[in-house]
Amino acid sequence: MAIVEATGIHKHFGALHVLKGVDLVVEEKQLVFVIGPSGSGKSTLLRCLNRLEEPSGGAIVVDGVDMLSPRTDINKARQRIGMVFQSFNLYPHMTALGNVTLALRKVLGLGRAEAEKRGQAALDRVHLADRAGHFPGQLSGGQQQRVAIARAIALEPRVMLFDEPTSALDPELVGGVLEAMRELRQDGMTMVVVSHEMAFARAAADRVVFMADGAVVESGTPDEVFGNPQHERTKAFIGQIGRH
Amino acid sequence: MTWDDFVLAFFSWQIVSEAWPILWDGLQRTILMSIMVVPLGFIGGTILALLSTVHNPWIRWPAAVWTDVFRALPPLVLLIFLYAGVPFTGLEISAWGAVAIGFFLNTGSYYGEILRAGIESVPRGQQEAARSTGLTRWQTMQYIVLPQAFRNVLPDLISNTLEVVKLTSIASVVALPELLFQARQAQSVTYNATPIVAAAVIYFILLWPMVRVLSRLENKALASRR
Repeated sequence: MAIVEATGIHKHFGALHVLKGVDLVVEEKQLVFVIGPSGSGKSTLLRCLNRLEEPSGGAIVVDGVDMLSPRTDINKARQRIGMVFQSFNLYPHMTALGNVTLALRKVLGLGRAEAEKRGQAALDRVHLADRAGHFPGQLSGGQQQRVAIARAIALEPRVMLFDEPTSALDPELVGGVLEAMRELRQDGMTMVVVSHEMAFARAAADRVVFMADGAVVESGTPDEVFGNPQHERTKAFIGQIGRH
Repeated sequence: MTWDDFVLAFFSWQIVSEAWPILWDGLQRTILMSIMVVPLGFIGGTILALLSTVHNPWIRWPAAVWTDVFRALPPLVLLIFLYAGVPFTGLEISAWGAVAIGFFLNTGSYYGEILRAGIESVPRGQQEAARSTGLTRWQTMQYIVLPQAFRNVLPDLISNTLEVVKLTSIASVVALPELLFQARQAQSVTYNATPIVAAAVIYFILLWPMVRVLSRLENKALASRR
């Protein structure tokens, strides 16, 4: 069953045509990796899926909900779509637990005790239960990103979107975040990941989508896309990345 | 003028003790007025700052013009207009009413500009993160943006509050018997400058702690920026 079904997504920023009719289907429990050069529109595509960016055209259905219908309560729909950002975006004035429980209390309407129980469980899943009382400024970048993951999974979303989750991290901190993502995947979470972590993509992705200039150039299993790319653009990109 | 004459004219204990009841009466009114106009301006400012974040230009624009107009208009002129000008329409406004309206308009615009800057200082990613968890626009403002905005501009808010409390002395021109008005009364009755000096000292004692808090906050902000 498809959890995410995006068809013919267009996005214009003024005169810029950033997405030119992109299709993306993500099956339940799949991990789909979106790769491509910067400016290819992959982050914009991701941000269209939960309507942080308003698509200029196309259709998006997430878990059976028509995301672009005016009758859809977008705040309700977003509860099923977790998102993790490049710059973590933790709330600096709240503790790790406060970050995780805010939406549980204000969106799901849980009481404090229940919210904190679920928040602690979410922090435990990213192995940060002992940091619940710390403020973001007291955590390393890797820990902050794991708290951000906990904040998203606490709402028990149907799909998780990762927008370059390790790009802002020092190399030695990347491992912990990827480990948390790997564990999520093992627990059966459906995931869409925009990232340059090619080794992780090869090891963990079910499908890899290569984008360039606002369109999908090709997609397939990691072996297909990395091992035997069909298009020149893909070959060039993978060749470049390989040299890093 | 001899030294004794000087002391007698400006620092006479006898005059202070005679004028104290009337000064005390004025001080109480100054404090009461501050307790009234600071929250009033703050509420007005918060509303203006929130309106400035609305996408709809038909709401955002009038709020911006409003803010500009009342920041450009001298508060003394505004107050006198409300108290002495508006009654020509047949609508009488009491001194307290004129002060409340005038400060709401003037002070609200200043607080509004400060808070707007505070809201804009909160990175966009904060709102995106909050909205992505299903929080509404208003909940995001309430729990994520405004708390950070207030914290980021706290020194400016305190500084403005200081100005507002000092500005309450202009109520003396609409015959509201606050501290300065009462000091003037006492001065003309006693024909001595001591009540004015006493008023200045009282203002200083009232505001100096706030000045201290402010400079500590400013030093802290500077240190954290290093």
